Amino acid sequence: MRFNSRRVTSAAVAAGLLMAGAAACGGDDKKDGGSTGAPSAGNWAKLNGTKIEVAAKWSGPEEKNFREVLKAFEKATGATVTYASTGENTDAYLGPRLAANTPPDVAILPQPGLLQQYAKKKQLKPLAPDVVAEVDKNYSPYWKQLASADGQTYGVLAKAAYKSILWYRPEAFTETGVQPPQTWPDLVKAATTLQEGGQTPIDLAAASSDSWTLTDWFENVYLSQAGPDNYDKLAKHELKWTDPTVGKALETLAQIWGKGDFLAGGTAGATKTKFDGSVTDTFGQKKAAMVYGGDFAAANIATTKAKVGTDAKVFAFPKAGDTTPALLGGDIAVALKDGKGGQELMKYLASPEAGKVWAGLGGYLSPNKNVKPDAYTDPISKQLAEQIGVAGDAARYDMSDLQPAAFGGTPGKGMWEALRGLVLKPTDIKGTQDKLEAEAAKAYK
Amino acid sequence: MKKAPQDQVPPAATAGGAAAVGPARPGRRPRRERDGLNPPSWLAIGFLLPALLLLGFLVLYPIVYSVIRSFFDASGDHFAGLDNYTGVFQGHENLLAVRNTAIWVVVAPSVVTIIGLLFAVLTERIRWSTVFKMVVFMPMAISFLASGIIFRLVYEQDPDKGVANAALVAVHDMFGGGAGYPGAGPRSGADQPLRAQADGAVLTTGSFGPGQSALLPLLKIKPEYLPKKAVPAARPPAAAPGQVTGAVWFDFTKGGGGTPGAPNAGEVGLPGITVQALRGTKVVATATTKDDGTFVMKKVPAGSYTLRLPKDSFTASYGGAEWLGSTLITPAIIGAYLWVWAGFAMVLIAAGLAAIPRDALEAARVDGATEWQVFRRVTIPLLAPVLVVVLVTLTINVLKVFDLVFIIGGGDPNASVLALQMWTEAFGGGDNEGAGSAIAVLLFLLVMPAMLFNIRRLRQERK
Repeated sequence: MRFNSRRVTSAAVAAGLLMAGAAACGGDDKKDGGSTGAPSAGNWAKLNGTKIEVAAKWSGPEEKNFREVLKAFEKATGATVTYASTGENTDAYLGPRLAANTPPDVAILPQPGLLQQYAKKKQLKPLAPDVVAEVDKNYSPYWKQLASADGQTYGVLAKAAYKSILWYRPEAFTETGVQPPQTWPDLVKAATTLQEGGQTPIDLAAASSDSWTLTDWFENVYLSQAGPDNYDKLAKHELKWTDPTVGKALETLAQIWGKGDFLAGGTAGATKTKFDGSVTDTFGQKKAAMVYGGDFAAANIATTKAKVGTDAKVFAFPKAGDTTPALLGGDIAVALKDGKGGQELMKYLASPEAGKVWAGLGGYLSPNKNVKPDAYTDPISKQLAEQIGVAGDAARYDMSDLQPAAFGGTPGKGMWEALRGLVLKPTDIKGTQDKLEAEAAKAYK
Repeated sequence: MKKAPQDQVPPAATAGGAAAVGPARPGRRPRRERDGLNPPSWLAIGFLLPALLLLGFLVLYPIVYSVIRSFFDASGDHFAGLDNYTGVFQGHENLLAVRNTAIWVVVAPSVVTIIGLLFAVLTERIRWSTVFKMVVFMPMAISFLASGIIFRLVYEQDPDKGVANAALVAVHDMFGGGAGYPGAGPRSGADQPLRAQADGAVLTTGSFGPGQSALLPLLKIKPEYLPKKAVPAARPPAAAPGQVTGAVWFDFTKGGGGTPGAPNAGEVGLPGITVQALRGTKVVATATTKDDGTFVMKKVPAGSYTLRLPKDSFTASYGGAEWLGSTLITPAIIGAYLWVWAGFAMVLIAAGLAAIPRDALEAARVDGATEWQVFRRVTIPLLAPVLVVVLVTLTINVLKVFDLVFIIGGGDPNASVLALQMWTEAFGGGDNEGAGSAIAVLLFLLVMPAMLFNIRRLRQERK
C-alpha cells in the first residue's frame, strides 16, 4: 500500500514538472481542463444541493488535479463535492470509517485487492445500470472484470500507471555504443557491454522497504514469458509458485539481478537502495545507465538536473518471451454509500469527459479507451497512452496489487522479501519458489 | 445543602472508600486524619468521575478489548484460543522479532546507562560542562522519526553518502591505499588472451618467452579510475633479445566499435600496473606499465612464461561495513537509539551525582582511596537508586521501540522487533488484528514487572 501512494504521488509531481519541461503553459492547460468539462453539462443529472464526499490518498499536485476534475463535475451537475485525503494507507483510513458506518460516498482504492476485500464484507455498493453501461462503453472487459466481484461490478478504474518501461541515460548508451534493447537477451548483452565500457549497467532498488520494484520486474518477465493466461492464474494463486514457469522467470531475472557487477553498489548496495535513490542516483549522480520505474519515476528525475526526454529516456520493457509485456497499476473508484450523487460521480469518472479534463492537467494516464492520446499534454504520457492502446487486451494489472496485501504489498514480507532473497542468493531458484509458495499459501488462506 | 452531607462524612467516607473506585486514598487517609476535613465521598467521586471516565474509556477499555480481541482470529468472528499467542513464537520472521526484542532489552538500556554514567561523571568537574551536556542532550529534542531518517543516511551503504562508511573507508585507505583499477578485468568468454583468476589476479592464457610481445586488453574500468591525463594506447615496442614487452590498455572504444584485442584509436593505456612473468608459481621477472600502457621486462631468462597482473591492481575498493545488512542492522539501530537517549541518562545521573554528599567522597579520598576506587566503591553505590530508575525506565521504553526500527529498518525482517511486528500484523499489511492484539498483550505483560517496580520505588521514596 505504501508503495502505491508513493508511485502515484510521484506521478502527480511528475506531471507538473513534465508539463513545465514540455514548455506547455500551465495556466492554459488548466483553463482548457475547466472548459472541457463544461460542454458536457447536458448529459448529467441535476444534483443541486447534493453533498458528496470523496476519499483518496492523493495529496499535493495530484490532489490539486483531482480537485479540478471534481470541480468540472460540480459544474456539470451542481453537486457539492468534498475531498478527504486518506493518507498513505487507504485501508487504515477506510476500515474504521466503514466499521463505524460513516464511510465517504466514494473512495478511490489503490489496489483491486482492497476492492475484493471490501466486497467480501459487503461494504461496497454495486454500480447502477447506467454506470455499468458507461463502463462497458469505455473500458475493455479485463478492466471491468478487475473491478468486479461475484459477478457484480463495483468499481471504475479512474487512473492508471504504466509499468512496462525501463528508464535509461542516453549519454551512457552512446558512450558505449549500446542501443535500447528490445528483448531480454539484448538487455543482458547491453548490460555486459555497458559494464565492459566502464559503466554500471543497472541501479536496482532492492531495499526491503522498496522491493515492489522487484515484483514489477518479475511481473514484466512473467507476463512476457508465460503469457496473460498464466499471469491471471498466478495472480489468483490458481497456479502454484512452484510452477516451472515461475522458475524460468526467476532464472531469467537472475541473469541480471544475480550479477553483483551489473548493479550499482554491488549486491550489498542494491539490497539497501530505495526507489527514490535509485532514480536520482542514476540521473543525478550518473551512477548507473538504466533504472526501473514506471511513468511515475519522472517525478524523481525532475528533482535532479536531468531533463526528462533528453537526459532521461524510456524504452519498453524488453520482451523475455512471446508476449510484449504491458503492465498497469491504477486506482479504482468505488461507491461505499447509497445515493444518487455517488453513482453520478462514478459515472462521471468512467466517462471520457473526466479523463480528458484529467489528461489535460498532466501526470495522468487513463485506461479509458475513449480518452485519445491527443488529450495528453506531455509527450511521455502521450507515448505511454499509445503503448497502452497497442497492448489492448493483453495489458494486465500489476500482479502484486491483485494479491492479498500480506503477500503482495507489505515491506519485508511475502513476494517482496522473497524476490529480494533472490537478489541476495541468485542461485537459489528452488528455495525462492518454495518461499513464495509458502507465503502465498499463508496469505490466501 | 452543603452542610448536611458534610456532617455525615465519616461513615459515608469509609463505606464509599471500601466499596468504590479509589480505595487507596480514602482508605489510607482516614487513619491519619480522622478529623472530618475530607470531602464527602460522593463529592470526591463526582470530582474524580471525569478523569475516571476518560481513563476508563481511553486506557481501560482498549486494554480489555485488546485482550478479548487477541483470542479471536483475523476476521474477529471465530474464537481462536491461544493460537495468536503461540503464533508469536512461530515462523522465521516472528522469531527474528522475538530475538531482536531480547537483544534490545538486554543491550540497549545497559549501554545507554553506562554511557550516560560515563558522560555524567566525566563532565562533572570540567569547565563548559553545561555546554557539553546540552549538546549530548540535544538529540532528545529531535523526534524519533527524524532521528531515524538521519541515521538512515548515516548508515547509507555508499561511502559518498553515508558518514559511517565514509569514516571507515577513510581510516581503511589510510593504511591500505586504494587499488589502481578496482573492478577491472578481462573480456568474458573463451578464446580471450586473458582470464581472471578466482583470487582476483589476471593471467594470460598463452605463454611468452624472451623476444616476444604480449597484448593484455582490460575492460570494465570505471571512468573515475582512468588516469587524469589519459595517453592513447600504443602497440608494445619491439622486444630485444632477453626482453618481453607488452601493452596493457583499456580495450573499449568510446561509442562502441573498434577491434577487440588490439589497441585502436581512442583507446587509452593503463599506467602503473605491475606485470609479472611466472614459471609455475615463481615470479622470474616484473615490470610496470608506462603512461601509454606499454611495458618492457628486462633480463628474462630463456623459457616460456605465463604473464600475471597481480590482484592488487583490481581488488574492488573497500566499501565500508554493511551497516544495514542482516547481521549489523540491529546493533546499528541500537546505536541510533544510544545517540538519542544517552543525553537523557546523562542528565538524570548527573542530577543524582550532584546530590551525593561530598563528604563521603572526601572521606574516601582522605582514607587514601584512588579515584577509581572512589568511583567504584562510593559513587556507584550511592548512585545505585538513580541508575536503577534510569535502567528500568529505559527498559520500558525499549520494549516499545518502533519508530527507529520502522524508519531505519525499512521493513527488513532482520531488524524487526515485537512492537513493529504488532503493527505489521494488525495494520501494516497483515490484516490480522487478532495476532496484533496478542503481541500487544504480550508486550503489556512484559512491561508490567518494570512498571510495578517503578511504582513500588516511587511509593518507598514517598515514605
